[in-house]
Amino acid sequence: MGELDSGVGGYFAGMKNNSSFKKICVTVVWSWLFIFAMVPVLLTLITSFLTADSSSLVVFKPTLQNYTQLFNSAYLKILLQSLYLATSCTLLCLIIGYPFAFTIARSKSRHRALLLLLVMIPFWTSSLIRTYAIMALIKAKGILNTVLLAIGLIHHPLSILYSYSAVLLGCVYDLLPFMILPLYGNIEKLNPDLLEAAQDLGAGKIRTMVKVVFPLTMPGIIAGTLLVFLPAMTMFYIPVLLGGAKNLLLGNLIENQFLSANNWPMGAAISMLITVFMGAMILLYWRNAQSKDKQNLQELV
Amino acid sequence: MYTNIVELKGVSKCFGDYKALETIDLTIQNGEFITLLGPSGCGKTTILRLISGLEKPDTGHIFINGQDVTDWPPEHRHLNMVFQSYALFPHMTVFENIAFGLRCRKIAKNEIVERVEEILRIVKLTKLAQRKPDQLSGGQQQRVAIARAVVNRPLVLLLDEPLSALDYNLRKDMQVELKQLQRKLGVTFVFVTHDQEEALSMSDRVAVMNEGHIEQLGTPRDVYEEPANLYVAEFIGETNVFETKVIRSDKQTVEVKVEDKRFTFKNKRGLKTRQEVCVTVRPEDLAVWRQEEVGEVSDDMLPGKVEQVIYKGSIVELVVRLESNKRIYATEFFNEDDEKLDYQIGERVWVNWIPGWEVILPV
Repeated sequence: MGELDSGVGGYFAGMKNNSSFKKICVTVVWSWLFIFAMVPVLLTLITSFLTADSSSLVVFKPTLQNYTQLFNSAYLKILLQSLYLATSCTLLCLIIGYPFAFTIARSKSRHRALLLLLVMIPFWTSSLIRTYAIMALIKAKGILNTVLLAIGLIHHPLSILYSYSAVLLGCVYDLLPFMILPLYGNIEKLNPDLLEAAQDLGAGKIRTMVKVVFPLTMPGIIAGTLLVFLPAMTMFYIPVLLGGAKNLLLGNLIENQFLSANNWPMGAAISMLITVFMGAMILLYWRNAQSKDKQNLQELV
Repeated sequence: MYTNIVELKGVSKCFGDYKALETIDLTIQNGEFITLLGPSGCGKTTILRLISGLEKPDTGHIFINGQDVTDWPPEHRHLNMVFQSYALFPHMTVFENIAFGLRCRKIAKNEIVERVEEILRIVKLTKLAQRKPDQLSGGQQQRVAIARAVVNRPLVLLLDEPLSALDYNLRKDMQVELKQLQRKLGVTFVFVTHDQEEALSMSDRVAVMNEGHIEQLGTPRDVYEEPANLYVAEFIGETNVFETKVIRSDKQTVEVKVEDKRFTFKNKRGLKTRQEVCVTVRPEDLAVWRQEEVGEVSDDMLPGKVEQVIYKGSIVELVVRLESNKRIYATEFFNEDDEKLDYQIGERVWVNWIPGWEVILPV
């Protein structure tokens, strides 16, 4: 915060009343974050330690039962399934997104704007509506099957909808831009001289990629991975719409606890578990980045 | 090893509609320090990139060590380049940066260590081997970039304005170091720069370039003292140009009018009567005489007035306005027993030069 303060202060140094302007800005942002981010999290945290009640939702009877129940094998299975889906989704996004981001970043600047626009157009439509669109595409009598049947590639309609593949497809489709954009930002900053230098020193394309491009774009890879993995863990409408009732994941579980089972404390406990898990991941990344900085600093001294 | 280490035959290159390089021929000899000199956009870097293989020529052939390498990718040409931006890998240490090329060629580990340590000693960076590039000064980064290229023992080292990012003093030091390194290694250096002083002081030969072609190729002395044309004369160093016409010429002599005075010079370039020419004289070749120094005004003296005096320590630069209103530059050197270099602004002076020191160029 200190850094930001001095940065903003420095920028507006010439302005009259700059200190009160600064205070107002900071207060507004912090109040916003407190009311709309901190308070809900605190409420969830408190709820997770209370007891469920069929008539009044929650009663003030502190308990740890919600958490101990989480170690039930059924819940653990759902957790593992969610982890599996999130991991495969992230890997697929990375495999599809990296070449795409690389191509955009290396294309001529007039083509670049158009390609970036193509990545961002899906954001203009609600992701729920886009998921229904996917349903229309892949259902038994959907566009995909009709076309494949018409050109004679298949003889029986493929049953993709309501399968694990459909859920994965939906997640990858929905989250791909979150992988591409940070990767693009990182690859675009990569000095093209470095690629030429590697080539000049005798490195072929693969070695250049592995030894130069990947290490240098690691921040983008990590940022993209976090941005895809974390939402993929808690996706709930995509598994419902594309996976049918078969694929219960963490997101659906929470939704169920709150909306159908009316067990708010249990839903809150699962939410807290995921929040802690994600917080730990971000912290790990942050620590790692910071220790590298420190190491550099120490070497310099 | 061939004497002509690099040969460009009929090579040209366009980028879209822009003709970066007209058809050129260039032969580079083994072991020489050759400089491609010219303003930005003259095609000098294009030549370097064509030799390195980072660009492909539209026409013509490139030979390295006697082999036609026109279609070879850079990694097979056995040349190395020092980039203007140095292009050091920021995630690798100095050691890893220098070892990169050797590792690409799958050289044995102990030999890599040996060779990297040797080159680190030569460029005096042994102590910094484990640093990352961003923990080095500009001059140190520069030396890593050179070491990373030289350690591969390339047939030719290509240097793309390697000193342009350094400050003046460091640049001077690096010029000397580079020249020493080149002598020690005996490797051919192809050096690209827009700095004519750098080109003159370091090179065995200089190719002066302009708008995609080579105007003159010769020793630094040649291009300075015997410029092939007006472009070279004006680009290399400063020069005073008098535009005029040949009044009369024969095989030995040529008669021209400069500032309304008739001069007869040697006809070195076969100039013809009525041809438009420029008489060029370097500022340091001009002698400026004060009124009291001139006993009797001789025919070759041009009258003028001192307009500006610029004191530069060992020399004094004078701006003299001639009677025709033309401004010329003259440089006078301080002489130990000569204390007359005390010109006043507005003072009347006479300017001349030793016949033969002028260069007469066709327009």
